[in-house]
Amino acid sequence: MNKTFNQKAWFFVIPVFVLVAFNAAVPLMTVVNYSFQETFGSNVFAWEGTRWFKEILHSERFHASLGRQVIFTFIILLIQLPLGIGIALTMPKKGWGVPVCLILMSMPLLIPWNVVGAMWNIFALPDIGFLGNSLNTLGFDYNFTQQSGDAWFTTILMDVWHWTSLVVLLSYAGLNSIQPAYYQAAEIDGASRWDVFRYIELPKMKKVLTLAILLRFMDSFMIYTEPFVLTGGGPGNATNFLSLDLVKMALGQFDLGPAAAMSLIYFLIVLLICWVFYSIMMRDEARS
Amino acid sequence: MNFYILIKITDWLIMAKITLKNLSHSYLTKQNNELDWALRGVDIDWKDGGAYALLGPSGCGKTTLLNIISGLLKPTKGEVLFNDKDVTALNPVERDIAQIFQFPVIYDTMTVYDNLAFPLKNRGLSGTEIDTKVKEIGEMLELTSTLNNKASGLTADGKQKISLGRGLVRSDVNVIMFDEPLTVIDPHLKWVLRSKLKELHQKINRTMIYVTHDQIEALTFADQVVVMHEGQIVQTGTPVELFEKPKHTFVGHFIGSPGMNILPCEIKNEQINFEGKILPTNTSLKKSNFKKTQVGIRPEFVNFSSDGIAVKVKRVSDTGRHKVIDTECNSGSIKILASSSTQIPSGSAHITFDKKYTYAYGDNWIIE
Repeated sequence: MNKTFNQKAWFFVIPVFVLVAFNAAVPLMTVVNYSFQETFGSNVFAWEGTRWFKEILHSERFHASLGRQVIFTFIILLIQLPLGIGIALTMPKKGWGVPVCLILMSMPLLIPWNVVGAMWNIFALPDIGFLGNSLNTLGFDYNFTQQSGDAWFTTILMDVWHWTSLVVLLSYAGLNSIQPAYYQAAEIDGASRWDVFRYIELPKMKKVLTLAILLRFMDSFMIYTEPFVLTGGGPGNATNFLSLDLVKMALGQFDLGPAAAMSLIYFLIVLLICWVFYSIMMRDEARS
Repeated sequence: MNFYILIKITDWLIMAKITLKNLSHSYLTKQNNELDWALRGVDIDWKDGGAYALLGPSGCGKTTLLNIISGLLKPTKGEVLFNDKDVTALNPVERDIAQIFQFPVIYDTMTVYDNLAFPLKNRGLSGTEIDTKVKEIGEMLELTSTLNNKASGLTADGKQKISLGRGLVRSDVNVIMFDEPLTVIDPHLKWVLRSKLKELHQKINRTMIYVTHDQIEALTFADQVVVMHEGQIVQTGTPVELFEKPKHTFVGHFIGSPGMNILPCEIKNEQINFEGKILPTNTSLKKSNFKKTQVGIRPEFVNFSSDGIAVKVKRVSDTGRHKVIDTECNSGSIKILASSSTQIPSGSAHITFDKKYTYAYGDNWIIE
């Protein structure tokens, strides 16, 4: 038992510290730096304290884009969750249909986000796009580049097309892990189809659905690429979501201080909602 | 008290005798050979109010058989009759049966009370009727103190009691079936729950079918044990019959610890020829023309003697109450079960078989 006592082991953790510093700590601290200062370029900074934070929190522009963001996320969750669960329930449980369905379902998830935006942009063009043209032929006055309602409709439809599959795959995995005995017992107890869903399938899917809600909330709350390519936030500011607005402020207007403050507030909102949601679900878990 | 009188009356009204006629089942759409069948030509006659056990190793078809009786599976061939009425095409609700599964099945989001009330609600009983029955069953299963708790918070045996309760709460069931219900239960609770089941059977006097691969469970629970092997019933009988006169070499192996000694022999002139000696037996050996003939004797009925079959003593293991002796003769190994006080000869010895319990088997089935 001749152990050598020294502090050499610390050298082994240095690579990790360096990596984390460069990919997380340093960029984040840069943003924090910007958020408390005014900069005029060529590395001249002036201390501004909490001014940018106050400005952002009281700015109507921020309120408007946050409002749009909340409404967007709320709507897509409201559509994608029931739709995803519904599709998962109708998917076959065995046979050749399983791989076919799984591949079809995974397809939208594999397409790069900017391609999704470009695809839907062309698809929805009122004159030459299949969707836009068909709607107009059917007598609807549809033009997503000029009418804000149509822009919202198209953006939501695109997100539903792109991401419902995720909810489907998670729900399908959850459904498949239910022991056949549960269905058999329910059959013997004389349960209706709705009872089976309400008392067996839904409670057994609770964990995967929690995951689905968290993932869909975070992704949709931070959505950028697809609406950027599809509508660019327009017409006007109609689909100008939080991240689109943030980029406009930072890179369009070069208001680095307010943009940094907005980034941090944005980040904290996502973190807070996820944490609250997660703790509620976990507290419920611990109780039962 | 009234509750039990009620049960007695309904019992008399719905006596359920179960008959299975030439039942075969295959999970494949096309069957090429025997192995494609999970069940092959099963015939059973069970009278009302009996306690029966289906015993066999994993994959012998016992769960398949149970699911066919309950109506969860439709048999490929054959008929299921309740009281001589064909119910083969009916679903589990129409058959009025209860089934308890290997793993406790509970409705997580409901309370214990609601779990027990669920089958009654689905059958449209009134609130007061449900309340009386649920409380009665809760008391019987010692769940009264937890009735208002969430069912998901209970321990494995508590959950299994709920599963059991959902079967017992209905007074109209024809048969209650158990599919290895004690698998997930702790050993010391297994014993408690098993006696509880036995007690319940005596109390409510309903037909019960108990599926298990554990011979102790089957033998303690049931009046009649059905031993299954590769999709067939090899023997039906009381625990004593299965022990004393196995009709199939599988029953000999499977029941008893250690299992029956089964060794190759020849049958000539209606006599068993084994190791150059003639073994006396009480059974008639008139039938012949077997591909394979064997002699079977339980270790309990082999004794050391001054002359007889020559063996070498290989190993003696003392289990406390008795000794298990491994011996070797020319045809193979023979196990002997002797009391702890028996003097065991070392090296060479001679043994004899108790004539009453010596059987000959032709192609694995008893010759008699």
